Amino acid sequence: MPDSSTEWTPDEPMVSIRDVHKSFGDLEVLKGVSMDIMKGECICIIGPSGSGKSTLIRCVNALNDIQGGSILVEGQEVNDPDLDKLELRKKVGMVFQQYNLFPHKTALENIMMAPINVLKQDEKEVEERARMLVKKVRLEGKENSYPGELSGGQQQRVAIARSLAMTPDVMLFDEVTAALDPETVKEVLVTIQDLAEEGMTCILVTHEMGFAREVANHIYFTDRGVIVEHGAPDTFFDDAKDPRTKEFLSQIL
Amino acid sequence: MKNHSPDKAYQTDLPVMLPIAAQIERDALLLRHEGTWRLNLTRRHMFWMVGGFVVVCGTAEAATQTGLIGPIEAIFKWAEFLLWGPEGEVKGFALNLIISFFAMMIGTVAGAALGLMQVSLLLPVRQGSWFVTQFFRNSPWLVLLFTIMLLFPFEIDLGFVIIPIPDWVKAVIGFSLPVMANISEVVRGAVRSLPSGQWESAESLAFNRRQTMWMIILPQCFKRMIPPWINWYCILAMATPLCSIMGVEESVSFTKQALNAEGDRPELIPAFYSFLMIIFFIYTYPIARWSIQLEKKFAIKT
Repeated sequence: MPDSSTEWTPDEPMVSIRDVHKSFGDLEVLKGVSMDIMKGECICIIGPSGSGKSTLIRCVNALNDIQGGSILVEGQEVNDPDLDKLELRKKVGMVFQQYNLFPHKTALENIMMAPINVLKQDEKEVEERARMLVKKVRLEGKENSYPGELSGGQQQRVAIARSLAMTPDVMLFDEVTAALDPETVKEVLVTIQDLAEEGMTCILVTHEMGFAREVANHIYFTDRGVIVEHGAPDTFFDDAKDPRTKEFLSQIL
Repeated sequence: MKNHSPDKAYQTDLPVMLPIAAQIERDALLLRHEGTWRLNLTRRHMFWMVGGFVVVCGTAEAATQTGLIGPIEAIFKWAEFLLWGPEGEVKGFALNLIISFFAMMIGTVAGAALGLMQVSLLLPVRQGSWFVTQFFRNSPWLVLLFTIMLLFPFEIDLGFVIIPIPDWVKAVIGFSLPVMANISEVVRGAVRSLPSGQWESAESLAFNRRQTMWMIILPQCFKRMIPPWINWYCILAMATPLCSIMGVEESVSFTKQALNAEGDRPELIPAFYSFLMIIFFIYTYPIARWSIQLEKKFAIKT
């Protein structure tokens, strides 16, 4: 694949978002957003509904295109008409709010499908790895269950394992606990925490403030398409400067 | 992205409402693609049909002049001819079934291809196939049938060999057109009825469009397509007597001939035609019930 980008080195940001603008028709949802995510970092993007959080991370793996600015993933420009989206998506895993598992495949098949068919890896090796991933997300014994037979939290963990099976360098989590029952939220968060602690680069859009505080290296607060405030979790939660941040935090904490 | 995100039936910005909005959207789409007229035959139809048959046979019996055979006897005499045609030939009701099989086969293959073209990413392909689908879906079946029957020659001369095209083959082609268009809509509806999240998660796993279609979307659609597909077969089977107008020797043509041979006695007309109706009912009823059963079964499972 021809690569127009410069060589990326691990001391540069793994994901570099610069002045990103995104509109849906006349509605501008991102009005110049910038942030850098280093390798191994876990960042949380929080903010009220409609502030553009989900749109932003969907732009990172080119599910949404952007109208202005630049997103570099390992030095590769995402805002490039000649971008090989499939190559990008091999590096960037994504987990959705609605899990979006393939209902006609078992949990194990869901995990194995992409490595076998997209990466053309050996089926035996993939299966071995898939079983390890099932173990990692604590779902032993559910390998042959269909998504319809699993709880929301279990499905979401299969979805995480499915993304991990592609051995991505960055994981995007789009409000992955928002559709879950309160009692299953934790099992999913623990899985993500494990990942972050192992050094996976994670970008989360979340409403779980406790989790953000405990796990994230950096918090970004967005409102109406801009980043209002950002900082390390402790400073952010205890010593917010911007009135909008304060108002938001006072409503949810 | 916009190409395969289904039309929104219910929109919301509230995250808490998103799951229910997705559900409403799915239901609305399902309803729309199953919105075609469904053949809902019940046992009550059978009851009225047999009842009607008994009544018309009774009155015919009463009106029969001495020396002539009664309606039941006449039907018995002609039944084999009506069902199978004259000895050594396959005509009559059997020809109705043959026409329906072949028309369904051609219609299904062509319709599946047309339906897939309707969800293509290429605008000209999508528009062209949409036009073809709508054209044949909204044309009267009889008009299509006439056009094909009159348009096609009765034989094709290839120079070294002459291939005759019997009328019933032309009828097959004529019937396969509206079936094709309706199957095309069934396919399109089923593909569209899947939540857009399926496309998105496949995309984010780096599946290309062809893989997404064949490995993820179509296997899920297949189940949803079976009940409407069976339903269209029933509708087609019941429409096949239309070609009797063009002289194809199927059951209605033969009923006319049989009545003719009986001297066009008016009292026999309702008896013969209601007999034919019962034959069609016996054939289509189990199939229609089966399709409804499958629909219920799949509705619960998905």
